[in-house]
Amino acid sequence: MKKPDTLQGSLDLLVLKILSRRPRLHGYAIMTAIKDTSRDVLRAEEGSLYPALHRMEEAGWIRAEWIMKDSGRRARMYELTAIGRKQLAAEESRWQAVSSAINRVLREA
Amino acid sequence: MPLWSRIVNVFRADTLNREIDEEFESHIAEGIAQGRDPEEVRKAFGTPLRQREQSHDIRVVAWLESLRADVIFGWRQLKRNKVTFTAAVLSLAFAMGACASAFRLIDALFLRPLPIAGSDRLYALSRQAIMPNGKLKVYDGWAYPPFLLMRDAVKGEAELIAVSYAERMDLTYKSDQEMEKAYVQYVSGWMFDSFGLRPALGRLLTENDDLKPGAHPYALLSYAYWTSRFNRDPGVIGHTLQIGNTLFEIVGVGPKTFTGTEPGTITDVFLPTMMHPWVSRPDADWIRTLVLVQPGVPIEPLRQKMDAVSRAFEAERAKSFTAWPKWVLQAWLNQKMLMEPAPGGVSLMQSDYRESLGGLGVLVAMLLLIACANVANLMTALAAARAREMALRVSIGAGRGRLVQMVLVESVLVASLSAALGALFTWWSAPFIVSKINPPDRPAHLVLSTDWRVLGFGLALIFGVTLLLGLLPALRVSTLEPISVLKGGENPHARRRSMHWMIAAQVAFCFLVVFIAGLFVATFQRLSNEYTGFSSQRVLALDTNTRQNQSPVAWEQMAERLRAVPGIEKVALCQWPLLSGISSNGFISIHGAPSSNTLTDLLGVSPGWLDTMKIPLIDGRDFRPEETSPGVAIVNQTFAKTYFHGEDPVGKSFTLSKGNVYRIVGLVHDARYGSVRGPIEPVAYVPFRSIGKDGSLRPVGSSTLMVRTASSNPLALASTLRKAVSQTNSEFRVSNIRTQQEIIESQTVRERLLAMLSLFFAGVALLLAGIGLYGVLNYSVLQRQREIGIRIAMGARQAAIVRLVTVDIFSMILIGAVAGVALGMASVQYLETLFYQVKGTDPVMLVIPLLAILVAAMLAASPAVVRALRIDPSEILRAE
Repeated sequence: MKKPDTLQGSLDLLVLKILSRRPRLHGYAIMTAIKDTSRDVLRAEEGSLYPALHRMEEAGWIRAEWIMKDSGRRARMYELTAIGRKQLAAEESRWQAVSSAINRVLREA
Repeated sequence: MPLWSRIVNVFRADTLNREIDEEFESHIAEGIAQGRDPEEVRKAFGTPLRQREQSHDIRVVAWLESLRADVIFGWRQLKRNKVTFTAAVLSLAFAMGACASAFRLIDALFLRPLPIAGSDRLYALSRQAIMPNGKLKVYDGWAYPPFLLMRDAVKGEAELIAVSYAERMDLTYKSDQEMEKAYVQYVSGWMFDSFGLRPALGRLLTENDDLKPGAHPYALLSYAYWTSRFNRDPGVIGHTLQIGNTLFEIVGVGPKTFTGTEPGTITDVFLPTMMHPWVSRPDADWIRTLVLVQPGVPIEPLRQKMDAVSRAFEAERAKSFTAWPKWVLQAWLNQKMLMEPAPGGVSLMQSDYRESLGGLGVLVAMLLLIACANVANLMTALAAARAREMALRVSIGAGRGRLVQMVLVESVLVASLSAALGALFTWWSAPFIVSKINPPDRPAHLVLSTDWRVLGFGLALIFGVTLLLGLLPALRVSTLEPISVLKGGENPHARRRSMHWMIAAQVAFCFLVVFIAGLFVATFQRLSNEYTGFSSQRVLALDTNTRQNQSPVAWEQMAERLRAVPGIEKVALCQWPLLSGISSNGFISIHGAPSSNTLTDLLGVSPGWLDTMKIPLIDGRDFRPEETSPGVAIVNQTFAKTYFHGEDPVGKSFTLSKGNVYRIVGLVHDARYGSVRGPIEPVAYVPFRSIGKDGSLRPVGSSTLMVRTASSNPLALASTLRKAVSQTNSEFRVSNIRTQQEIIESQTVRERLLAMLSLFFAGVALLLAGIGLYGVLNYSVLQRQREIGIRIAMGARQAAIVRLVTVDIFSMILIGAVAGVALGMASVQYLETLFYQVKGTDPVMLVIPLLAILVAAMLAASPAVVRALRIDPSEILRAE
């Protein structure tokens, strides 16, 4: 039952990155995108994706809007804002720094 | 934006939850559409409720949401107890509104600075001297010549500004027959410039308009007057207005905010001081002196400099005062100049109403405390009913902080609701009180602006009331022991005890209000019942002016003509009516002895005046038509007592200042002349006809026709008389018609207002305290009905039950009353100047409020006592 927590707090970064490449995705599509682009390695826990999305929305990094889908059901589509773009850059560089640091440790220790 | 959306979300919580749910649904639907097993998708998603909770918390401001919940919950609580809370809110609203009104008046009269540049550097001069009657008096009048000397003396350090007392004057824009009244104020031409004011239209008066006596017939209208009289017609510039025989050209309209320098009066027309008839007279005090000090100039040296100039001027003038007794002269020369900050201007209303407003402030503050105690008790009773609910909340994990917040929110709700209603009440009541301040022919105008001071006071009021109401219940909640409450064993006495102390406090405050009200009412009663010595019924006073001064003979002819008007019984002439506030006086001497130490009031009257006023003759006779002043006089009893040791003075003589000799031809009963207060002064009536130094009759420009009518409503004849006067002689014009009764009453306007308001407040205080007492007793009987039922079942006698129910309360009332008496004794000394012939230590004044409170308490207690006696033990025990 227990899944490995593969995201380790980098869910924000992934969501922002995906939205920067492909604007206007709904939650399910974001989840699928994370799964697909990571070739099934990374998996966002379905339920906890939404609190994260909502938190980023309140922080102003992304904005959402309801659209009507062909199925007659409404879906909430997310896209990046200008603040979100800056945030993404910051998170990306932070991630680079951390991962290169970890790599260094792995190489040299 | 994000914070805003989170605040908005608080108020659309349901919609928000629905949206979150919909998004989740769409997620699951998407998963199913991708071909996944519905069961598996749902499982992978997790518990929607928990996710929703998480998302919800992210998307709202949590504290605001809990506050909103508390407000809604509190509102429901209030709605559940509709009647009690309506009563609570209404009584609080009244008390808060009254407090706010009192503050608005205080703000408008004392705190609001004049809308001018440098109001914080504005001072007013006055002089403190011992008057001939031996009393210390502060007066702020100056003659113009010494003003100019003082102005020169401090040039460069401060600018002196002369402003006359705003005066209700007759003026006309057309013919003499279309006279109207307006407040006119003579001011230094340079005042507007010094104050940094700008005209709304045309130009302001300047220093150049104030150089030579009588040479600058220019008038400036105030913005308020321009609005009300001319409907803001820009064409008024260049028009003329006539005051007396002078035509003034209107040169401009003053700035919108500036209403003159006297809070309580809105000046209509400003004229240059040089146009005042007394501007060159060294002996007529008709201006106030304002000082605009340059920044950084020390005050005391400035005061000393001006004091020296003023004293030197008076000393020079006093050389001719040979008739004055030495000590009077000395005291007068030793007067001290005072220089006090006057950022808000100076007016008579300020000095008249300083203590009154303070007294009213105390009364309304007491009312507020009584109302708060009521509502606090009410909330305590309701909280008792909810003790179990609170205990339950604590035991299932509610934080103490949240509970305190919940209780306080209810208080805030009550306080804010009351404040909103109270604001409405204030909006109506403050102008109402202002309208009652002056007699109708001299209306008072107070600029009641809602400035930051008033708003701040309102907020402080709400805050204070909230604390008073909510603090105790909140503290109790925060120390709640859920176990003992849920066991049903919370100590009920603690709660009741706190309510009882509230009753004691209420009684103390209530006593203070009723006590002070009693003193005000007694003051007014004593003043109204003060023996005047003449009959004011059916008497009209026609203040009459002439275009050119007329011979007294022409005046007598006018009186003669009016006697022929149907419905008129008697007509006589006098310089001015009795008790009109005007008087003239002098020092007299008998047989060439040095002048007396007391002043004698003088009044010129025509033959028949004594009869018209119904002042009975004791000895001697009335004046004859041909008699003149100086020559003969009629004196009152006090005069005889003061100067002739009570002997009949008829036939004897006295000398008035400047050596004029009068032979006494009549002795009359005492009648009040100057004031309805205090002892009656010696009075000498002299003939209306007076002769000048050259021996000819002195012409008269204004005088009063006293008319006794046959009708019980004398004012019905006003227009007939007005017409008759102008038809008889077009030189004459009636400027004002009042009944003598109105004139007397205008002496006690303040006392009437205070008595009326304080009586009303006392009634409200008794009512509120009664309601409070009723509530508490009722509550305690309800709470103890089991105990009472058992006692009745055991055979307790009725008297014992009554005792049981009331003994605590009445001992609290006793404690409250004692505290109230102490409070009253301590506070009454600050109001002493407002009382007339009553003392706070008068036992009657203390007993009456005590009785009133006792009666109110008994009335309030009786329903609860009856309820206790009617308790049916079998019913109570069955219910258990």
